[in-house]
Amino acid sequence: MDSAQHLHLIYIILAAAVATFLTRIGGYVMITQMKRIPPRMEAALNAVPAAVLSTLVAPAFVYGGWDVAASMVVAFFVGLRFSSLWMLLAGWLVVMAIRHAGIL
Amino acid sequence: MKKDDFWQGVRGGFPVMVSASPFGALFGALAVDNGFSVFDAVFMSATVYAGASQMVGIELFGHNVQPWLIVLSVFAVNFRHILYSASMARHIRHFSAVQKFFTFFLLVDPQYAETEKRAERGEPITFWWYLGFAMIIYLPWQLMTMLGAIFGQLIGDPRAIGLDVLLPIYFLGLVLGFRKRDHWLPVVAVSSLASIAAMHFVGSPWHVSIGAVTGIALAACMPLPDQPEEPVTLENEV
Repeated sequence: MDSAQHLHLIYIILAAAVATFLTRIGGYVMITQMKRIPPRMEAALNAVPAAVLSTLVAPAFVYGGWDVAASMVVAFFVGLRFSSLWMLLAGWLVVMAIRHAGIL
Repeated sequence: MKKDDFWQGVRGGFPVMVSASPFGALFGALAVDNGFSVFDAVFMSATVYAGASQMVGIELFGHNVQPWLIVLSVFAVNFRHILYSASMARHIRHFSAVQKFFTFFLLVDPQYAETEKRAERGEPITFWWYLGFAMIIYLPWQLMTMLGAIFGQLIGDPRAIGLDVLLPIYFLGLVLGFRKRDHWLPVVAVSSLASIAAMHFVGSPWHVSIGAVTGIALAACMPLPDQPEEPVTLENEV
């Protein structure tokens, strides 16, 4: 890249940073304009983490290939009893076993 | 007291740092692959500080996509933060304006999840606890980005060393962590199905926003748990 292109990239990164910060403060700004939180909105807010995080999990399970899906199933059962570090280790071991140890 | 809170946060954030580190290194390596310098990669990690959107950003940049579309995609991937910050407002009323600025700048998924869990347990949310939790993730994120960018060639194919499964499994663990909440199963089921369908018919990164909004809308429409509900009659059903 020449220096003009490089400066261009720096501007893109800065714009992305501003856009990200707006998402991080936007909900707060919107909600503090309201006097109190209606119960339905409270229920909606309580559902936010599970709803968002599911969208980062389910497509990977369906479209990520069967080796990824198998490791996620194992990690799921590990996660019912143990912390997420054990989930990561178990899932990683499964996918490595499938890919490198010739398990089919 | 501030010091105790800070170090309690650091200890709490440590496992997150460990599991996020491979992604920092992976981001650094992929960024260099897509035409970034080491400085650019660290600059993006330090200013954007949102792993999944950083991955999307470098991917699009590598394909010479128009800048407005890159910024819009980063915005879309991070759109969930609007919901986080709305939900966080209840817990950080006592923070000063400057503290709120840093609180929101550092608001990544595990930081939000841990703050909510802490509030649910009835433990105080102090700025110093929050900052400690954030710094043990933020600073190593920069370091790992730099190392990944420098040694990018060594990582080679991330699939070959199984790095690609870590992110979905990590998020799966976070989903499981919320399983005691009201309507958890229907929300997870509906968000999952909607995101799978959106991935197929609309494409990434919109599956995130579409799936999330569907699950949240469902939660808002379900019977409220704390108040006795009116008996449902056939006429009320749609």
